[in-house]
Amino acid sequence: MEPHYPLFYTFHFYLFGVIALASAIAFVTRKSPVAAALWLVNTMFSLAALFVMLEAEFIGVIQVLVYAGAIMVVFVFVIMLLNLGHPAELAQARGKWWKIAAGVVGLVLLAEIMVISRGGLPRSLVVAPGHNAREVQELNVVGTIAKPLFTEYLLAFELTSVLLLVAIAGAVVLGRGRAVRAR
Amino acid sequence: MLAESLALTAALFTIGVIGVLTHRNAIIIFMCVELMLTSVNLTFVAFSRFYGAAGQVFVVFVMTVSAAEAAVGLAIIIAIFRHRQTINLKDINLLRG
Repeated sequence: MEPHYPLFYTFHFYLFGVIALASAIAFVTRKSPVAAALWLVNTMFSLAALFVMLEAEFIGVIQVLVYAGAIMVVFVFVIMLLNLGHPAELAQARGKWWKIAAGVVGLVLLAEIMVISRGGLPRSLVVAPGHNAREVQELNVVGTIAKPLFTEYLLAFELTSVLLLVAIAGAVVLGRGRAVRAR
Repeated sequence: MLAESLALTAALFTIGVIGVLTHRNAIIIFMCVELMLTSVNLTFVAFSRFYGAAGQVFVVFVMTVSAAEAAVGLAIIIAIFRHRQTINLKDINLLRG
């Protein structure tokens, strides 16, 4: 099912995978929220590189724009707004037993996901080998995502817009605070 | 590259879960949730090579939901900080019996 990959491709795939994994581990072990956020941005960037290598160029670009660009900037902005960067405000991690329990839960979860991903794929749904490349030829990279988004999944798309509207309204109401209401 | 992608997804998702369990800083916990959502996107993209472009459509949906979640969650964190001057989950224990 999988085509043969040149060594150049495989090397870079593993390289970005290792960068993503190492940054994620560095992210989760940081105590400072700012350092954690920057390591997470690094993880997002290497995941974007992996998306591009997996023939999802548009998703890779969106990953950089939305995750690394917008969401992480909002996180860093909130950290600065609440002035959480200095040591007195740093929330310490939980105690030793919590860490051991989290490690056990993590190992069990990892084993479970590995076992599930070893299971066979449903072959009847697999598309023909050149199908994706032909679609990209026909509709270009954005069109392959846009066409199902606006035909098959139109209802879900519209519901997503309602969700975003609710989120905007909720964020405004929650973030407005008491000072405005008292006026 | 499917097996490698799935293994990386599993590792990143697990790291996110461990982060949620071990940290007490609400913002870092939120970032761990974002990491979990992103790692699932990698699965969608890896499978979309074999099952057609619909997987990438779902990645767009996941990104939208995670953006909405980040906006509302950070607004809640700001509201909590206004009330209690802290976002350490140890001090936010109003529901504890």
